[in-house]
Amino acid sequence: MPQKSLLFENRLGRTSRRSALKACVALGVVPWLVACDPLVSSGAASDGFKGIDITGADYARDFALVDFNGAPRTLADYRGQVVMLYFGFVQCPDVCPTALARAVEVLQLLGPAAAPQVQLLFITVDPERDTPALLLEYMAAFDPSFVAMTGSLAQIKATADAFRVYFKKVPTGSTYTMDHTALTYLFDPKGQIRVAMRHEQTAAEYAADIQRLLTEDEA
Amino acid sequence: MKKLLIASILTITAGAWAQTVTVKVEGAWVRGTVATQKATGAFMRLTPSAKVRLVSVSSAAAGVAEIHEMSMENDVMKMRQIDGLDLNAGKATELKPGGFHIMLMDLKAPLKGGDSVPMTLTFEDAAKKTFTQDLTVSVTALGKGKAPNAMKPDMKSETKSDMKSEMKPEMEHKQ
Ligand SMILES: [Cu+2]
Repeated sequence: MPQKSLLFENRLGRTSRRSALKACVALGVVPWLVACDPLVSSGAASDGFKGIDITGADYARDFALVDFNGAPRTLADYRGQVVMLYFGFVQCPDVCPTALARAVEVLQLLGPAAAPQVQLLFITVDPERDTPALLLEYMAAFDPSFVAMTGSLAQIKATADAFRVYFKKVPTGSTYTMDHTALTYLFDPKGQIRVAMRHEQTAAEYAADIQRLLTEDEA
Repeated sequence: MKKLLIASILTITAGAWAQTVTVKVEGAWVRGTVATQKATGAFMRLTPSAKVRLVSVSSAAAGVAEIHEMSMENDVMKMRQIDGLDLNAGKATELKPGGFHIMLMDLKAPLKGGDSVPMTLTFEDAAKKTFTQDLTVSVTALGKGKAPNAMKPDMKSETKSDMKSEMKPEMEHKQ
């Protein structure tokens, strides 16, 4: 059921990309594919972002959740930093730890001067199992600076919708796993949504876009 | 008399395949966990000498072990249990992040870097006969990189499918 609406919602908000997207849609190709994404496919475009430029998007604006210490949080708490925002869950064997390990690598690539200007935020899509204590311990296993957010299932659902993030519980054996959008959103130091990084992209690509957001802030 | 005959035929058949099918397991690792985390993934490279199918996995460290496939559709991560995984003769099949993995659930205890996890793989050969292979898989600490199974060909191990032999960890993970 959510597949169709997801494809529709995932359309990029940028005018310059619309024609390319339309062409892809006309060809019956899913618009979110790399092949249909001029910026990503060209790769070498040094003046563009490596990720998907969603500057000015009317979604992914803000959230109001609690962090793993129980403190209420919104994006405004991270003003002045580039925020990497990722939705995931702890019982995830594959993409979530890969994304978090990559975030560690990104901070290493950026170096000790820039790293404190970058904040990784993790929003759980599995608040039933991901207790604050578990989230705290899990983040610390990667980097003590990482912060995880949680909330009621209704709050998480509303937040995910506001970020066009899809998630769904899928039963497996006696337990369940979560399907979820695996994009990482980048916010500039002013708190504006700027880039959606794809899971397939490298730490170097993430670091390049973050560096760009930091540099443009200084200019 | 009839019973005896059947028994001896069975023995001969079992003996015949046991000599032939082997599955080479390389670069196996399990991702470590934190205290109350109940699930994680195991990854490895499997190369059988003849076409076989990985049909099930069990581990004393986990209440449930399943064979899973991960896929990315429109930037949505999906993970599904699969019935089995066909392995072609002489061809390496990778269980790695972004593709197949062995999902360990209902973990009995947290897995720390440097620990090892016993695991039994059950294969089915072309004649639908099953055989098992026991492994000891080392744990890579959570947060220590994405794919620590850098190739170390000199340390690869191989066991005969007919033996319940204990495999040595294929490599040491530096913590
Ligand atoms: Cu899985």
